[in-house]
Amino acid sequence: MAILVIAEHDNAAIKGATLNTVTAAQAIGGDIHVLVAGANCGGAAAAAAQIAGVSKVLVADNAAYANQLAENVSLLVAELGKGYSHILAPATSNGKNTLPRVAALLDVAQISEISKVVSADTFERPIYAGNAIATVQSADSIKVITVRPTGFDAAAATGGSAATEAVASAQNAGTSAFVNEELAKLDRPELAGAKIVVSGGRGMGNGDNFKILYTLADKLGAAVGASRAAVDAGFVPNDMQVGQTGKVVAPQLYIAVGISGAIQHLAGMKDSKVIVAINKDEEAPIFSVADYGIVGDLFDLVPQLEKLV
Amino acid sequence: MKVLVAVKRVVDYNVKVRVKADKTGVELANVKMAMNPFCEIAVEEAVRLKEKGIATEIVAVSVGPTNAQEQLRTAMALGADRGILVEAADAEPLAVAKLLKAICDQEQPGLVILGKQAIDGDNNQTGQMLAALAGYGQGTFASVVKVEGNKAQVTREVDGGLQTVELALPAVVTTDLRLNEPRYASLPNIMKAKKKPLDVKTPADFGVDVSPRLKTLKVEAPAERSAGIKVKTIEELVEKLKNEAKVI
Repeated sequence: MAILVIAEHDNAAIKGATLNTVTAAQAIGGDIHVLVAGANCGGAAAAAAQIAGVSKVLVADNAAYANQLAENVSLLVAELGKGYSHILAPATSNGKNTLPRVAALLDVAQISEISKVVSADTFERPIYAGNAIATVQSADSIKVITVRPTGFDAAAATGGSAATEAVASAQNAGTSAFVNEELAKLDRPELAGAKIVVSGGRGMGNGDNFKILYTLADKLGAAVGASRAAVDAGFVPNDMQVGQTGKVVAPQLYIAVGISGAIQHLAGMKDSKVIVAINKDEEAPIFSVADYGIVGDLFDLVPQLEKLV
Repeated sequence: MKVLVAVKRVVDYNVKVRVKADKTGVELANVKMAMNPFCEIAVEEAVRLKEKGIATEIVAVSVGPTNAQEQLRTAMALGADRGILVEAADAEPLAVAKLLKAICDQEQPGLVILGKQAIDGDNNQTGQMLAALAGYGQGTFASVVKVEGNKAQVTREVDGGLQTVELALPAVVTTDLRLNEPRYASLPNIMKAKKKPLDVKTPADFGVDVSPRLKTLKVEAPAERSAGIKVKTIEELVEKLKNEAKVI
C-alpha cells in the first residue's frame, strides 16, 4: 500500500500544511510518496525529499503546472494516482480546489477535511461547521482525502532522504488560464501555521486600531487574524478571517481581542491549545471557551500586555 | 446564454444543530430548513447576470428530497425562470455532480453557478466534481465574476489573497461569501414563482447510480471546551502564560 501526498508549495519551498498531511499519511500507514507539481519547482522538490518519513518525491516540473491550475494538476494526479491506495492533499485553497476533480476523474468519493485517522479506511471529519464529528468509512479502492492541517502535528521538515523521480507527463486541459494574483505581503508568520495568533474583532473599532495588535504580534512572533465581524466591517482584509468561513487555526496560543465569540468564529479556533480572551463584556461567549479571560478595555490592556511579554 | 444554478435544501444556518442520542446523525425532525446560504449567493449572481443582459434564462436545479421543491420555488421567486428537482435524498457529492453533468448535457448552459459548499456536510466538492466530469474549467471560491463573450474572468479567494483566472465557457463557478449580498424575494415574486415550471425527475431518468460510497459509522458531538479562569491583571495573565501554560 502506497500513499500519494500532494505537496502544498510555491515552487521555491514547501508550505507547512504539507508536513501535517505527511503525518496523516503516516497514521494511515504505508509507503509515502510526495508529488510536487509546479514550474521551476526544484527548490520545493529538494525540500520535500528532506521530510522525515517520505520515501519518494515525484517532480512534475512543467509550464503546464506553473500556477497549479486545478484543471491541469487534477489530470496529472488522476493519472499518477491510479497506482495508490490513498491520495492526500492538505485542505488548503489549492487542495480543496484540485482534489474533488481528482476524485471525480477516478470515479471515487472524496472524504473532505479529515481531523483524525481511525484506520486505513475510516476517518473522522467535522460536519455542520464543527458542531458534529462524523466517523466515515470508505469502500472505494482509492481513497481521496483532504486533511485538515490543524488535526495533525507537523512531520519533521528534515531528516529524510527520499529519492527524487521526474514525471514527464504534461497535462494541459486548455480550459483555464492564470491572469494574476494579489497576495497580501506578509512580514509575519502565516495564520495557518503560526504558533501564536492574535485576533481582533468588532471591538477594535476600526482598521487603524489593529496597529496595537500588530505591535503585540511582532513582539510575540505571532500572526494576526480577525473575526468575520471585523472583516465585514471593513477593518481588515478577508484573508485575515478566522472562522467557519475563513481559516481554521489551532496554535499553541490564541489571543482573542474584542471578539465576542460567535459560533462562526469559535469553529475556526476552538482547537487552539491555550485561548486568552480580552473583552470588556464579561458575558461575552468567548469567555466560555477561554482558558484565561480578562475583562476590561482592550485599549488599556493590549499595550500593557505588549510591554510585559 | 443559459445559466444553470444548483441549490441545496439544508438546515437553516441559524439553527444550532444537535447530535441524535443514537449517534446516527443530527436531529432534523421539526428543524427549520432553508436554501444553503452559498446557494443563495449563486442564485443572486445568476439573477444579476440576467439583469445585465448576459444571461437569457436561469434554470435552478436541486438534488434532494421531495420538499426541496420549496427551495426551488425560492430560487424562482428570486429570479430563476424554471426549476428541475431530481428526487434523491442524501445523495453524495459525486452522485450530485453526475446528475448535474447529465442535466448540463441536456440543457447546454454557458455557465453553472453553485455554492462553494453546503453548510450541512461541509464537503466543498460538488462544483469541482461537476467541472471535472464535464471537462469544464472552474472558478471556485469566487468573489468577482465577469463574463465577456465566450470567456469568464473569476477572482478567487485563496489562502493569502486573491487569484484571478480566465475560463473558457462553459465553465463552473462556485461562490464565496463576498461575491454579492442576496436580495429578499418580494411577495408578488413569491406568488409568480408558484406558476413557474418545475420538472420532477429521478436519478434513473438520467441513468445515474446514486448509491453511497461512504458509510457513516457514527456522528458525535465535538469535545466540549470548558471555561477556564478570569484573571484580574495583565501581570497575572503573563505569569500564567509563562509558568502555568508555558506558551510564551
